Amino acid sequence: MHYHPHTPDDERRALAAIGVGSIDELFADLPAELRDPQLDLPAGMDEEALLDHLRALAAKNGARGPDFLGGGVRRHFIPSVTPHLALQSEFVTAYTPYQPEVSQGILQATFEYQTMMCELTGLDVSNASMYDGASATAEAALLAVRQTGRDRVVVSRGVHPETRAVIETYLRPLGVRIDVAELSPLTTAALGIGDDVAGVIVQQPNFLGYLEEMRRLTDEAHAAGALMIAVVDPLSLALLAPPGAYCADVAVGDGQTLGNPPAFGGPTFGFMVVRQDLLRQFPGRIVGQTTDVDGKRAFVLTLQAREQHIRRSKAKSNICTNHQLTALMATINVAALGPEGLRQVAAGSVERAHALASRLAEAGYEPLTSGRFFAEFVLPVARPAAEVRSALAARGVHAGVPVPAEYGLGDAVLLSATERVKDEDISALIAALDAVGARRAEVARG
Amino acid sequence: MADFPLIYERSKPGRRGAQPPAVRDFDLAAALGEENLRAEAPRLPEVSELDLVRHYTQLAHRQFSIDANFYPLGSCTMKYNPKVNEEAAKLFSDLHPYQAPETAQGALQLMHELQQDLCAITGMDAFSLQPAAGAHGELAGVLMIRAYHEARGEGDQRRVVIVPDSAHGTNPATAAMAGYEVVEVPTGPSGEVDLDAYKAAMGPNVAAVMLTNPSTLGLFERNIVELARVAHEAGALLYYDGANLNAILGRVRPGDMGFDVVHLNLHKTFTTPHGGGGPGTGPVGVKAHLAEFLPVPVIEKRGEEYVAVDDRPRSVGRMRSHFGNFGNLVRAYTYIRALGAEGLRQVSGYAVLNANYLRVKVKELGFRVPFDRINMHEFVAQPPEGLRTLDVAKALLDHGMHPMTVYFPLTVKEAMMIEPTETESLETLDAYVEALGQVLERAAADPAYLKGAPYTTPVRRLDEVKAARQPVLRYEFEAAD
Repeated sequence: MHYHPHTPDDERRALAAIGVGSIDELFADLPAELRDPQLDLPAGMDEEALLDHLRALAAKNGARGPDFLGGGVRRHFIPSVTPHLALQSEFVTAYTPYQPEVSQGILQATFEYQTMMCELTGLDVSNASMYDGASATAEAALLAVRQTGRDRVVVSRGVHPETRAVIETYLRPLGVRIDVAELSPLTTAALGIGDDVAGVIVQQPNFLGYLEEMRRLTDEAHAAGALMIAVVDPLSLALLAPPGAYCADVAVGDGQTLGNPPAFGGPTFGFMVVRQDLLRQFPGRIVGQTTDVDGKRAFVLTLQAREQHIRRSKAKSNICTNHQLTALMATINVAALGPEGLRQVAAGSVERAHALASRLAEAGYEPLTSGRFFAEFVLPVARPAAEVRSALAARGVHAGVPVPAEYGLGDAVLLSATERVKDEDISALIAALDAVGARRAEVARG
Repeated sequence: MADFPLIYERSKPGRRGAQPPAVRDFDLAAALGEENLRAEAPRLPEVSELDLVRHYTQLAHRQFSIDANFYPLGSCTMKYNPKVNEEAAKLFSDLHPYQAPETAQGALQLMHELQQDLCAITGMDAFSLQPAAGAHGELAGVLMIRAYHEARGEGDQRRVVIVPDSAHGTNPATAAMAGYEVVEVPTGPSGEVDLDAYKAAMGPNVAAVMLTNPSTLGLFERNIVELARVAHEAGALLYYDGANLNAILGRVRPGDMGFDVVHLNLHKTFTTPHGGGGPGTGPVGVKAHLAEFLPVPVIEKRGEEYVAVDDRPRSVGRMRSHFGNFGNLVRAYTYIRALGAEGLRQVSGYAVLNANYLRVKVKELGFRVPFDRINMHEFVAQPPEGLRTLDVAKALLDHGMHPMTVYFPLTVKEAMMIEPTETESLETLDAYVEALGQVLERAAADPAYLKGAPYTTPVRRLDEVKAARQPVLRYEFEAAD
């Protein structure tokens, strides 16, 4: 297949206009000895063959069944209207709105997005999006270092392990020390920090699904002069106290739960919302409101003096392209659901997760329910977690994100629920857990 | 005429759109703790589904795009995004990143094959598909270079990254983010890196050189082999910014030119949609001597099984969560497999043909072309004496055409960077030239006209100073009440 429109006549006409004899002559500047390598690629395919090939690959992924996978990515209800509107050609095939007169669609939708994110988080200023929750959190840590001039950050072990890994990748080369605040046993204990800490990073609900005491931790961070960076699931904020309410300085997280499909983990989008007085240190694009020459309201990329294309090596971040389209999906999805619909999705997930925990307990399992949890919790299992997940998958149930050994919980999996979980899905999960010998209580009793 | 409303201004308390599954009776406060609940609901729009559809459909109409408009934004490779890519991506959109790997073998195989395809295309030895955008790939690349020098005990000594003054802003910003000092080398009169200045800047303190080739001036660095030799002799590594790879697909490979690290922009060269500003995708590739530093996960084939390998002790680590922007990996893979090697070679051929055709035609109109030789996939022009680039760009909007990249590179006054791409027909290019000609005629007849353009767009020229001086960055409910 190819997508260029040139006929042989077009090619001749263009070559004549340029004054060269062939397309190859246009490449005369390339080193002759390196020119025209053989690329080891399969031959091109027509559309039918191509889709057959892709379908065959997709078929190797196995079928979907009842689903209790979480770990930061969940399969929530997304109304049909959301992708239909977000994936319109005009949004999908535009680029960064450098020409605001013909980019009001994306600019205004982004302004709406920023407003929604401020409302959800209770903070003052949102940027236009980041790559994902993990990299947004790393950028927030860098912001704290710039703002305070200190070179140490404290990260709760309750922050997603992948997020902590990304924080490390970003901060290590700058010589910033990263300390871990331990869980005791399911939520973050006292921080015990001194006045050399730039920022404290805590996730709510934490990676294991449990609710942290955000106000106490924030107060402790502030007492040491550190910024509080709250890593939040934006959907949970339909119900939970927003970061602004407990005086966090920065809210970051991944927007997948607001209306993007899991897509094997990406693209989703990251978000970052900050207190007004952190605006100068804020990375990423921001849309602002202004007027045009006729006095009409209009929107434009603004405060660009922070950004790489103006400041180059003095920029607040190197971020350029962000995740506009996936943020637009969330914007439209939140508007489609409205405050009541979003609350229903969140509350339904909480209810289903608690129903799941109860049913498991009734069936002789021992889910960890000593801490308050949102839509996910830990289930200790009698076999290595990855084995359990595979055995469940072989029975058509997707469940059981392994809990890493660093949490000291032994063999354990995360179980997560959404508003879409049906009672019979729970029955199927329990039957599958029984069948694969995951019940730990039985082993103990036996 | 009234302002176009915000979704918030279409909202009416109690109105409902989409209805998720009903929630059963449940005591949320008991489960979550009263103290953890929010006191007030977030203020979110309340609209019917039809209101929602009208709003975002009308917003889409207030937007230029490749699918509706010629969009020759230089250095952004705004080529047609094939629809079959979208169909392919849908086949994988439901996969969860934590599902058992044996139930995701198709996805992992696709990633593994894409890693190999990108190696073949670039002449590198290994790839990681993790980074989420070009700048993110740059950061991964420079961190690998850092790790390489540290592993050789030269981490403290090599503190400098060299970038040409025509480089994208992300290059110096990335180097700074990775803890390096940036030294800019000037462009010589030919539009290429000034070789003498380059040699003078090179030394044992240099960690890397970041180059875009062809450069942002649309010119191929004819001295590339020499530039690479000088860098390598000094112990520095050569970094390839893949923003302009479209120009050389199948013609010459970065790996063969001597580059040690590359990042690619799948949203430019490999037709994943730009999405109004992302998501992009920026895989990084390296030569064998840097492979151990690649960001994780890297997909390996072990026997018949595809495995996402996280446990690579010398890796620079994770750049983001999960497997990168997987949906875009599917799209890029689909594109590469549609075209094959011969198709990719035609891409660069017609991209360069179109750019040179447009250069000749634009010059005939009276635009200045500071580097007037055979260029690659894009070229830099300047408006005729006395005209401002900004005014010409705004006037083009009234012709239904997106302007070129303006005021970049920074090294050319009133720069207009034009990249037509291979997917445009000569008729479209001729129409662009005709529109530019009409703009010049109009400007000559009535200089004030251009200053007032555009006239027919949804909004006209904006007060950007006001936007920055009195920032309004969210909808203010108070003001509306």
